[in-house]
Amino acid sequence: MRRAAFPANWPLRLALLGLALYALWATAQLGITGERLATGMGEAGRFLARMWPPNFARWELLLEGMLESIQIALLSTALGIVLSLPLGLMAARNLSPWWLRGPVRGVIAVCRSLHYVIVAILFVKALGFGALAGVAALTVASMGFVAKLFAEAIEEISMKQVEAVRATGASGAAVLLYGVLPQVASRFVGFCIYQLDSNLRNSTLVGIVGAGGIGGTLFAAFKRFDYDFVAAILLSIIALIFAAEVISGRIRQALR
Amino acid sequence: MTAPLLEITGLEKEYQPGRPVLRGITLSIGAEGMTAIIGPSGTGKSTLLRCINRLVEPTRGSIRLRGEELTGLRGAALRRARRRIGMVFQEYNLVERLSVMENVLSGRLGHVPLWRAWLRRYPPADVERAFALLDAVGLPDHAARRADALSGGQRQRVGIARALMQSPALLLADEPTSSLDPKTAVEVMELMARLTGEAGVPVVVNIHNVDLARRFAGRIIGMTGGAVVFDGPPDDLRDHHLRAIYGGEDWL
Repeated sequence: MRRAAFPANWPLRLALLGLALYALWATAQLGITGERLATGMGEAGRFLARMWPPNFARWELLLEGMLESIQIALLSTALGIVLSLPLGLMAARNLSPWWLRGPVRGVIAVCRSLHYVIVAILFVKALGFGALAGVAALTVASMGFVAKLFAEAIEEISMKQVEAVRATGASGAAVLLYGVLPQVASRFVGFCIYQLDSNLRNSTLVGIVGAGGIGGTLFAAFKRFDYDFVAAILLSIIALIFAAEVISGRIRQALR
Repeated sequence: MTAPLLEITGLEKEYQPGRPVLRGITLSIGAEGMTAIIGPSGTGKSTLLRCINRLVEPTRGSIRLRGEELTGLRGAALRRARRRIGMVFQEYNLVERLSVMENVLSGRLGHVPLWRAWLRRYPPADVERAFALLDAVGLPDHAARRADALSGGQRQRVGIARALMQSPALLLADEPTSSLDPKTAVEVMELMARLTGEAGVPVVVNIHNVDLARRFAGRIIGMTGGAVVFDGPPDDLRDHHLRAIYGGEDWL
């Protein structure tokens, strides 16, 4: 009998077959047909035509919304970072005792488990309409994200360097300052910039549920069928995200 | 006769219960000179050293530094004891992302208040001493370089400067030359012997290289299987001792 150099992976083949069958079934179930796609495309064409040319006449409203979005993004990122520092330290397996890191990991998991739009809805109910709810929602999201990555970065540090600092008779806080933080500082800054980047994006959306920023303006324009103003808003958001992308890329390069 | 600087009595360490790595070590180290501990890998030399500054918790026995019992110290008392004991590591263990100067000054972390350490506002006398030590270890122009930009030999020189920055009563060196090439190893040992000699700091050094031990140490302790099997001046160390320490004889 010939020896097989690459034995057949039957579980994988069956899984792929199952996935293909499920996709077919789901397509039929949801009534996705070529016909509906074709009419939908026609609608989209008419819709796009009404968006052109973009209307910047109400630029003051637009600017106000954009600035509020940027403020939400900056504030929530800053708050989230400040809160995630201690959380990340307390969640790291190599530094924190089990009775502390257990609950802290729970808090981080809760922060991460709900999508920020859902959190924003909850905060709008609790705090009322406006930017405060948006800041609170995105702070929670940033906290969860940065704290988790920060804890993982800390778990990868070299304990030898920490041990050497401890051997000098340094206090716990001094060991953190000299043995731990230098090893994770640049990665931490990287996470923060990434989070600011995504908060800029996210802050344009929380307005849709009433949590402040350009999203509210966008949603209102949609509802009034002001598609040319919608186009102006979308172009402004794209410009903002592009600018943020370029700037954060530059900063990350400088950090290396 | 005054009490010895370091007195170890009946020291035992078990990482797993019932499997001792150190079996009743009893040693006393005087207030000067270099003591070399030789022995095969895994015989507990490193554990012995780490028990002294409590990076490893001893299971049983007593360790006294200038009469003060070190086992059982906790919190601030333990930190005060540690700052009197400098340590040089096999893999240097510098904080790689910090500058050479920051690494050397970290030897003062047990003394300076936290805010000074954080803001890098060390007392001028400490900074002056750090520069003097960098001159002494032959790295006068490297203060601002990051530790990870240095070669192995340079890093170990910084490691020695950091340990001496503590103005220690005792210096422990755990295989300080094992990661270095033979020439650099001799240079680093020479440097360590000279600087500690000038400062009057006694050294306990774990070392694989028997020739280096003979050359620099005034006293050699041979360990095998977690126990001391030879203790005496280098001239008394004979082939039959080495056979007892390392086992076999083909390598001699």
